[in-house]
Amino acid sequence: MNPVRKRRLIITLLILGAVAIATGLSVFALQQNMTYLYSPTEVDAGKAPHHGQFRLGGIVKEGSIHRVPGSLTTDFVITDRFQNIPVQYTGILPDLFRVGQSTITTGKMENGTFVATTVLAKHDETYMPPQVEQAIVKAREENRIPKTAQGGGAP
Amino acid sequence: MSRSYIPHFVHWLGSPPNFYRFAGAWRPWLMAAALIAGAIGLYGGLVLAPPDYQQGDAYRIIFIHVPSAWMSLFIYAGMAVAGLIALVWRVKLAEVVAMESAPIGAAFTFITLVTGSLWGKPMWGTWWTWDARLTSELVLLFLYLGVIGLYHAFEDRRRGARAASLLALVGIVNLPIVHYSVQWWNTLHQGSTVNLFGHSLIASSMLWPLLVMALATHLYYFASLLGRARADLLELEGGKQWVRELVLEESR
Repeated sequence: MNPVRKRRLIITLLILGAVAIATGLSVFALQQNMTYLYSPTEVDAGKAPHHGQFRLGGIVKEGSIHRVPGSLTTDFVITDRFQNIPVQYTGILPDLFRVGQSTITTGKMENGTFVATTVLAKHDETYMPPQVEQAIVKAREENRIPKTAQGGGAP
Repeated sequence: MSRSYIPHFVHWLGSPPNFYRFAGAWRPWLMAAALIAGAIGLYGGLVLAPPDYQQGDAYRIIFIHVPSAWMSLFIYAGMAVAGLIALVWRVKLAEVVAMESAPIGAAFTFITLVTGSLWGKPMWGTWWTWDARLTSELVLLFLYLGVIGLYHAFEDRRRGARAASLLALVGIVNLPIVHYSVQWWNTLHQGSTVNLFGHSLIASSMLWPLLVMALATHLYYFASLLGRARADLLELEGGKQWVRELVLEESR
């Protein structure tokens, strides 16, 4: 390689290296601020903002959904299987919102209840036909496969 | 420069008249293959594949969304490599390939964002949210637009191509961020479903149309790139002997 091209290559790679390091450091520094959501355990440990808004993520606990008659208000419990946080939401829920579904809610804590202004359902990365899902549910009921084998997706 | 380690074919292809003919010969075949693969992939995805256990038929947007997202990253990587060759070796063809890749990549990125948004409203409950995956993909679109804009901001097109190549090259740090954002941070966007090595979390009846669509988008990219590069080369080399001969030949 002739000297001119060699110099250009070295300069270009140095610029690229410097930008990569700068980006790496920024990403590392942003790790805390980039937290999209808090889990119920983190909220319990006091890591979430005490007064401001934050996002709470977890799974909708089985048997916890109660619709208040005559209104759009829904009460449910968000859990990460370690801690539970009661949530109250008024509005239209997304299609995927159901028991056992990963859900992300935005709002703030008021007297131990998380008052949500938005509720988003998180989809997991599994795609399969309904027949396969029924077969898995059946196999799970008969204890043929471990419970962690598929679905549910931790937030 | 010792040329022994670079295949003869690459040198031959690097010369604009040779590339012009090569591209003209290959483009129709690639485009035809892309259309056929696209038709098979869409039929498999929209008609043959079963509905999803949770999302029903709404999941079918992945047959557009996911291949487009893969292409948005693939084309950017290709553009950056061509940009590096353009910067260091000043190969005219590499400049053309890098600059003509940018609009195609920008289009795929735009399709990714729009289809994701259309799917996000009914499924997640929102058109848009500032999570790491969505934001980094939006940054990717801005990088593409920046490369296109910078290229056209210069009077001298070759200087413009080199400046834009540097931007393209520096922007490559965004690619691992887009790809790993769903692992590094808690995001609303789900993790990777299809794994190149190891187990994919998708039924095989849904996977094959997805892979055929990925093949179709790659073929389309190469066909489109060859066509765009041909037009660009004619414009850049306007006064050269080979273009004159070509025009005389065609007008005869």
